[in-house]
Amino acid sequence: MLHSRTLLAATVAAFTLFSAPVRAETPADTLIQAWAIDDIISLDPAEIFEFTASEIAGNSYEGLIGYDPADVTKIYGKIAESWEVAADGMSISFKIKPGRSFASGNPITAEDVVFSLTRAVKLDKSPAFILTQFGLNPENVDQMVVQEGADTVVFKMDKPYAPTLVLYCLTATVGFVVDKKLVMEHEANGDFGYEWLKTNYAGSGPFAIREWRANEAVVMERNANYSGDAPAMARVIYRHIPEGATQRLLLEQGDIDIARSLTAEELDAVRANPDLKIQEGPKGSIYYLGLNQKNEYLSKPAVRQAMKYLVDYQAIADTIMKGKVSVHQAFLPNGFLGALNDNPFALDVARAKELLAEAGVPDGFSVTMDTRNTPEITGIAQAIQQTMAEAGITMELIPGDGQQTLTKYRARNHDIYIGRWGPDYQDPHTNADTFARNPDNSDDATSKPLAWRNAWDIPEMTKMADAAMLEGDAAKRAEMYLEIQREHQETSPFVIMFQEIEVSAMRNNVNGFIVGPSFNDNNFAHVTK
Amino acid sequence: MSDTTTGGGRDSALLRVAWKAVKLVATVALTFLGLLVVTFLIGRVVPVDPVLAVVGDRASQSVYDRVYLELGLDKPLYEQFWIYLQKVMTGDFGQSFLTKRDIVDDIARVFPATLELATVAILIGTVIGIPMGVWAAVRQGRFADQAVRVLGLVGYSAPIFWLGLLGLLVFYARLQWVAGPGRIDIAYEYALTPKTGLLLLDSAMQGQWEVFRNVFSHIILPASLLGYFSMAYISRMTRSFMLNELAQEYVTTARVKGVPEWRIIWVHALRNAAVPLVTVVALSYANLLEGSVLTETVFAWPGLGQYLTNSLQNADMNAVLGGTLVIGSIFVGLNLLSDLLYSLLDPRVRRGR
Repeated sequence: MLHSRTLLAATVAAFTLFSAPVRAETPADTLIQAWAIDDIISLDPAEIFEFTASEIAGNSYEGLIGYDPADVTKIYGKIAESWEVAADGMSISFKIKPGRSFASGNPITAEDVVFSLTRAVKLDKSPAFILTQFGLNPENVDQMVVQEGADTVVFKMDKPYAPTLVLYCLTATVGFVVDKKLVMEHEANGDFGYEWLKTNYAGSGPFAIREWRANEAVVMERNANYSGDAPAMARVIYRHIPEGATQRLLLEQGDIDIARSLTAEELDAVRANPDLKIQEGPKGSIYYLGLNQKNEYLSKPAVRQAMKYLVDYQAIADTIMKGKVSVHQAFLPNGFLGALNDNPFALDVARAKELLAEAGVPDGFSVTMDTRNTPEITGIAQAIQQTMAEAGITMELIPGDGQQTLTKYRARNHDIYIGRWGPDYQDPHTNADTFARNPDNSDDATSKPLAWRNAWDIPEMTKMADAAMLEGDAAKRAEMYLEIQREHQETSPFVIMFQEIEVSAMRNNVNGFIVGPSFNDNNFAHVTK
Repeated sequence: MSDTTTGGGRDSALLRVAWKAVKLVATVALTFLGLLVVTFLIGRVVPVDPVLAVVGDRASQSVYDRVYLELGLDKPLYEQFWIYLQKVMTGDFGQSFLTKRDIVDDIARVFPATLELATVAILIGTVIGIPMGVWAAVRQGRFADQAVRVLGLVGYSAPIFWLGLLGLLVFYARLQWVAGPGRIDIAYEYALTPKTGLLLLDSAMQGQWEVFRNVFSHIILPASLLGYFSMAYISRMTRSFMLNELAQEYVTTARVKGVPEWRIIWVHALRNAAVPLVTVVALSYANLLEGSVLTETVFAWPGLGQYLTNSLQNADMNAVLGGTLVIGSIFVGLNLLSDLLYSLLDPRVRRGR
């Protein structure tokens, strides 16, 4: 007995001795964010395509040009001083700003720009298509992206594409400029320094990436050689905190400054806390249902139409997503050139039943829906399951992990897929390309956009989208996209439901965090606390 | 063994040791091979496309096809396995698709986090669990026994995820006795030169006691939680082993001889109960070393459990296989260790009878 008591006393003593006050506010010059950062698979701009990595690149690298996140039509030069579209529309030349430098201290030259763009095309990683869609490929890129004189880069194309399309594509992370000298010091076996850069840094943005510990943290530091105004924060740290409840506790205790992935319930609690505040920003991501046209029921136009009347859009936005989405029913997100903001559909079971009768299935039918097992997607799916049942459609939800449902979707083996799609760049073509183009509907097609995944064969609409890509006049181009979306809204096998609103919760003292339409626009260079 | 056969006896003893060693190596090798085969097959059977983890959802078909070939997925399964096996033989465990680093480096980074947590947890579980079990056995059927049983039952049945969040809410948010999720405060993050990756050990070796305190205040809550779960198991097992021993005749003999009761319990009986207990503790420890994905998620602990789960969900086979090998080695190693301890604790085993 004596022994166990002594042990107990010793344990208690150890607790009190070591675990006395441990509270510490975050350091004044350090911004600490909690986010799920396990989607990062690379830090090389030629490969970056994930939300978190895009945001990190957006704050540590620079492109030739950028746009104002508050008004995306305002495009301005970052590394480029000015640019000029050739009279035939087949090329754009960029004049490089003099006197700017990378974090390494190396000057930013036209040579670095040519290197970065050709490197991205030759490495041919996932985002390379954003550049190669202009007729570039690893074989011809040395002739298509060239330096002229000391400070000019000429970007040539195979067709006279709409200039804004080209410019917006160059604002994507794949167009970011890397430090040629530094990268090539680490080249091995002709890999353009890829093996090194995927976990290292060679940029010129306001922050430099110091360290990426996978599934643990990303540490960024003020870039002492940054050519713009020095950021107020000396360090920005992302901590990998996958669990929303844990993020909330850390935020309430002041151990982090910003919580990035709180669920709707946790956001309610944050709203009630006077020490914390919420910042919202509309994002380009679209939530939708994809109805596979290989399914005999879903391929009937009236069934597709009926399903659009069987979602209680507003109720889901208000009660399940609680401000993290707004109702939006066209494939171009609000804020894009030519975005259609009409929402013609609302829950209308009677109308849906009429349509089902018209389609010859008055008593409904059974389908499955592949559903990612995240709380929010599951919540939306269950709400839809209920309203579908009101019209006699029995919808079985098949829960799965993200990669698992995606694998099935990409193989066109689903009935219905509930998905979220974010644009790759700020131009309307990015979503038109995937929702409204399907050049080849055969199983072994070389291009597999969302329209293909749902086996929707649309030669006419594909032509319309191709034409819009080449229209130089912005007003005419916007009109073309509006027309495509109106037809798409009525006939497509996509039940487009919501546009995402990114909601972050932060301590009251954090100011100046900018939430832009895409993740590489999220900016903390001006954050103070 | 008689005196006349001493010389030959030494030879045959040597032979026996050698034969034992060969058998051991063969068993270990076969265990690992089996583990790898099963893991490899599971990894290929799961309905997740490993190419997607590499290229993401947006890649063009040409990029997809190229990566498919790069990963060797066009080859038959046995050939893929053979290629992997050959590389492992040369110490090349490959790269993770997800973290873009060598598996060896990844494991070297995540395993110490789990090792440290598991070690503190098993210490807590053993130091509290064994006396509690002994106590319960001595007070069999009385209040103390019931109390230990209830405590153990809660430890068995409460979901660790819920208990973890509750623990954070109480001890971190309300009482502020301990630090929050994570292994160390940001402020101390770079105060330490990582040597072993075990932060408690590193900070102690470098005489950084303030850092040690901070690390301790981070680890104590998740370790206590995991320790509680092993304690529940260890105390139940200790109780039943002790009941068994206390009913033996030698205990009665000792009592008759007038040996003090505490000596009978803590020296005579516990010493005998310790032999099977070693296996119980070793198995608990091995379980903890696999990494507890839920605890690691709640406490944002960058350990093996999170790493392996994430790898598995993304079909990152190199990482999964590498992690499996580590866990396999732990089980084999701890088994050997408990065999060794057996022979130390049990003279019968030591003398090979």
